[in-house]
Amino acid sequence: MSSIAKKSGFGATVWDYITSVDHKKIAILYLISGGLFFLIGGIEAMMIRIQLMKAGNDFLSAGTYNEVMTMHGTTMIFLAAMPLLLGFMNAIMPLQIGARDVAFPFLNSLGFWLFFFGGIFLNLSWFLGGAPDAGWTNYASLALASESHGIDFYALGLTISGFGTLISGINFLVTIINMRAPGMTYMRMPLFTWTTFVASALILLAFPPLTIAIFFMVFDRMFGSHFFDVAAGGNTIIWEHLFWIFGHPEVYILILPAFGIFSEIFAIFSRKRLFGYTALVFATILIGFYGFMVWAHHMFTVGLGPTANAIFALATMIIAVPTGVKIFNWLLTVWGGNVSFATPMLYAVGFIPSFVAGGVTGVMQAIAPLDYQLHDSYFIVAHFHYVIVGGVVLAIFAATHLYWPKMFGTMLSEKLGKITFWLFFIGFHLTFFIQHFLGLMGMPRRVYTFGANQGWDLFNAISSVGAIFMALGVIIMLVNIVLTTIKNERVGNDPWGDGRTLEWAIPSPPPFYNFAQTPLVRGLDTYWIEKMEGNKEGMIYAEPLGDIHMPNNSFIPVVMSFGLFVASFGALYHPDGYSWTIPVLVIGLLITFGSMLLRSLKDDLGFHIHKEDLIKDREGVKTDGHK
Amino acid sequence: MINGLKKWRLFTLMTALIFFLAGCGREEISTLIPAGGVAQDQFNLLLLSSAVMLFVIIVVTIVYVLAITKFRRSKLGEEMIPEQVEGSTKLEFLWTAIPIVLIIIIAIPTVYQTFDLADTRTMDVEAEDGSMTNLTVNVIAKLYWWEFEYPEQGIVTAQELVVPTDQRVYFNVVSADVKHSFWIPSIGGKIDANPENTNTFYLTFNQESSELEDGVFYGKCAELCGPSHALMDFKVKTMNSNDFDQWVASMKEEQTPPSDALAQTGEELFGADGLGCIGCHAVSGVGAGNVMAGPNLATFGDRNRVAGILEHNEENLKAWIKEPQDFKPGNQMPDVKSLNGGQDVSEQDLDALAAYLMTLTVEQ
Repeated sequence: MSSIAKKSGFGATVWDYITSVDHKKIAILYLISGGLFFLIGGIEAMMIRIQLMKAGNDFLSAGTYNEVMTMHGTTMIFLAAMPLLLGFMNAIMPLQIGARDVAFPFLNSLGFWLFFFGGIFLNLSWFLGGAPDAGWTNYASLALASESHGIDFYALGLTISGFGTLISGINFLVTIINMRAPGMTYMRMPLFTWTTFVASALILLAFPPLTIAIFFMVFDRMFGSHFFDVAAGGNTIIWEHLFWIFGHPEVYILILPAFGIFSEIFAIFSRKRLFGYTALVFATILIGFYGFMVWAHHMFTVGLGPTANAIFALATMIIAVPTGVKIFNWLLTVWGGNVSFATPMLYAVGFIPSFVAGGVTGVMQAIAPLDYQLHDSYFIVAHFHYVIVGGVVLAIFAATHLYWPKMFGTMLSEKLGKITFWLFFIGFHLTFFIQHFLGLMGMPRRVYTFGANQGWDLFNAISSVGAIFMALGVIIMLVNIVLTTIKNERVGNDPWGDGRTLEWAIPSPPPFYNFAQTPLVRGLDTYWIEKMEGNKEGMIYAEPLGDIHMPNNSFIPVVMSFGLFVASFGALYHPDGYSWTIPVLVIGLLITFGSMLLRSLKDDLGFHIHKEDLIKDREGVKTDGHK
Repeated sequence: MINGLKKWRLFTLMTALIFFLAGCGREEISTLIPAGGVAQDQFNLLLLSSAVMLFVIIVVTIVYVLAITKFRRSKLGEEMIPEQVEGSTKLEFLWTAIPIVLIIIIAIPTVYQTFDLADTRTMDVEAEDGSMTNLTVNVIAKLYWWEFEYPEQGIVTAQELVVPTDQRVYFNVVSADVKHSFWIPSIGGKIDANPENTNTFYLTFNQESSELEDGVFYGKCAELCGPSHALMDFKVKTMNSNDFDQWVASMKEEQTPPSDALAQTGEELFGADGLGCIGCHAVSGVGAGNVMAGPNLATFGDRNRVAGILEHNEENLKAWIKEPQDFKPGNQMPDVKSLNGGQDVSEQDLDALAAYLMTLTVEQ
C-alpha cells in the first residue's frame, strides 16, 4: 500500500472498497447502499400512492399494503435517511476539522457493514414469507399478534443495523472531541461538524432504549418471554415509551445534520459568514437536549392523564423557540449577502418554507387537546413528511450536489439538478400539503383503502399525482449522476468558488491521507480567512511535512457483521422448532466472536506514508487536480 | 414576465377553487364541521393556533422574499464580497422573546383544555332517583368491530352507537385484543383502546344524526390494528333524550318473532339447530359487553351499513355472510361453509337468513 497512485482493475477496486477503512470510501459505500434503499423505499411509497389514488382501489391487498407501508417507513428512516446522512458525515466531517480520518477507522468500517447486513436481512423478509406489517413503530400488541416472520425480520434486522449506527455515533463523538486540528476550538467548528457532534450524542443516548425494546420483542416472539403479553401480565405501553424515547430523538438525529448541511450552504452561496453562529450552535444543542424531554407527545391519546399530557405539550412547544432562532439566523445570513442560486442553494431556499410549514404544524400538534383530533390522522402524515422530506431529504439532495465534486472530483449537472429540484419540490408540496386537509376531514392514517363519498376522493387523487412528480425528479437525478460520471470533468479544490471551510482547501477528491500536513486553524471559516488574506495554499500548517501513519485495510468488519447476519437466521426460525436453528445461531455468533478474537490477538500496526511519497504526490495532484 | 405572473394568478385561483369545491369535507366525519362540544373546543384551538402560526408564516415570508430577491448575485455582480457580519444580540433576543410570547398565548388554553377534557367528576354521580346523571357507555374494540355496552341500562349493541344529544356521555374504552383507537371526528378527538387498561373520556353530541345526509356520524379506528384496520368503521346515531329513552326501552323488549315464512326459516337457520350463528351473535339487546364472540344483532335491521362498510341491503348482507374475508380480510367470523358441514349454503338459505336479519329491529 505504500505506492499511492496505484492503478487497479475492477475486482481490485471492489475489494479495496469492501475492506477499506478510509472514511471517504466508507462514505461512498454509505451513499451507494443508502441510495439503493432510498430507491426501494421510494418504490414502496409509489405503491402506496397508487393504491390510494382512488376510493376502493385493489392494486394492493390489505395485508400487502400494511407490509409495504411498514417497510416504506422503516426503510426510509433506518436504511435510507440515516445512512445517507452518515455518508456525508463520514465524507466531510473529518475534512472540516482537519483530521486524517475518524478516530477508529476499523470501527467505522464495522459500523457500515453492520448497517448493511441489517438492512439486507430486513429486506430479505420480502422473499422469506412476508415483510413486517405493524408499522415502523411496531406497536407491541399488533406486533405480537402478527403471524408471519416479518416482525422477527424487523426486530433482528434493526438490532444489527442499530449496533452499526451506535458504533458510528460513538466514533464521530470521539473523532470530534479528539481529532480537531490545532486551533480548531469548539466554537470554530463548522456548523455541519457541530450538528454531526450533537446528532452523534443523540445516537449514543437514543439507540439503547430502542435496542432494549427490540430485545424484549425478540425474546417475546422467539424465546417465550412475556414483556408485552397482556394476558401474562405484560404491558404493551412500555413498548410505546421505549420506542418513542428513541423515536423522538431519532427525528433530531435526522434533522440536525440536515440543519448543518443547510447552514454550510447558506454561508457558501450567500458568500457570507453565518449570521449568529453562536446562537446557531446553542440552538442545536438545545434542540438535541429538549429532544429527550418530549417523547410522550407521540402518546397523547394513550391515556397517560392530563398532567403528563400538559407537561409534554409545554415541553414540546419550547422546541419551537430554538428552531425559530435557526430559521431567522439563516434568513439573516442570506440578508446582505451576494446570493448565487446554484442547485444546493435552490434546495436550501426551498427548505425554508417547507420546514416552516412542517414546524408550525408541529406546534399545532403539541397542543394536546387539538392533537386528540390530529393524532393518527393524515394530518400527522402530512406533518412528518414536511419535516422529513422538506427537511431531511431536501438536505440530502442539496448535499449530494454540494459535496459530489468533493467526493468524486466532478460536478453534477446544474441544469438537470435544477430540473430535479423543481419537479421534486412541486411534487412534494402537491403530495403532502393536501394531506393536512385529508386528516382534518377525518381520514385516519395507515388505511389501505378508503370508501368513496367520505369527501376524500379528490384530495387523494391530487396527492398521488404529486408523487409522480417526485418520482420523476428522482429519476432525473439518477440520470444526472450517470451522465456526470461518464463525462467526468475534473474540478479543482473549491469548485463552488466560495468555499469557507477546510474541506474546500484540499483537492477534490482529497488524497487518501486528506492533509499532507495538519492545518493550523485561525478562526471560524478557516479557508475563507486564508483566501481573503491572499494565501494561495488556502491553509497554513501546524506541522512540517513528515511521515504519516495510516491504518491497514481489513476484511474482518465484513466477517464480523456477516456472523450476526447468520446468527439472526437461527434466532428467527427458532420458534418454528427446526433442529438446525440453534446450531446456526451458535455458528453465526462463533464467526462474530471469533473474528473479534482474531482482531484482538493479531497486531495490526498499519503503515507509513513517507515524506518523499507525499512530496511526489503533491506535485502529481497539483498538475491534474486544478482546473 | 407579465405572462408568467398571470399564469401564477390562475394557478392560485384554481387552487382556491379546488378548496372551495371540496369544502371542508363531509359533515358526517369532518373535524372542520364540529357537531359536538369537544370537537368544537378542539376546532377553536385549531383556529387559534392557525392564526398564531399564520402570523409566524407571514413574518418569515416577508423576510424570506426580501432576502432572496434583494441580494441576488445577478443584481450585485460576480465580484462583490459582502460584509462578513457576525450577528446581532438584539435580533437574537427579539426572535427568542417573540416566539416565547406566542407560545404562552397557545399554552394557556392548551393546559386548560387538557384538564377540562379529562374532567370526569360528573361520571358515576347519582341523581335523587338513584339513576346516573350522565350516560356511560363501555366501548369494547375488537378485530374489526365495536361493541357498545350500556351498563346502567343493562343493554348492549354493536357497530352503531346510539346516544342522546346535549348531555355528556362518558366512555370507558378498552380493547379485547390488539390496540385500537376510538374516534368520531366530527364529535371529538380520539382515545386509544388499550388491551391492558380502560381509558375514560367524555363527548357531547350537539346535533341529531337524522339531520345528516347519511343519517349517522362516522366513527373510525385510528390505530393500525391489522389488515382490515381501514375497514373498522362504526356509525353513531344521535337523538334527543326522549327518543333515546324510548330506544333503550325497546332494546329491553323481547324481539317480536318474524311473521313472514321466509324470515321464519331464516330464524331457524340462525339458531342452534341451523348454522348456529346464535353461538356468537345475540339477537336480544339485553345483556353485558364482552360476552359474545360476535357483534350483537338486535338492531341489525336499523343499521346504516352491513359490517360497518357495505350499503345496507340484502344483497350485500348475503355476500358478506358467504365470504366475509373478501370484505374484511382477517376478521374473526368463521367461514359459513364450515358451519354448514363443509357445504355451500344455498341461495334460498341465504335469502332466508338475510330476510330474518332484516327483521331484527328496535326502531319503529
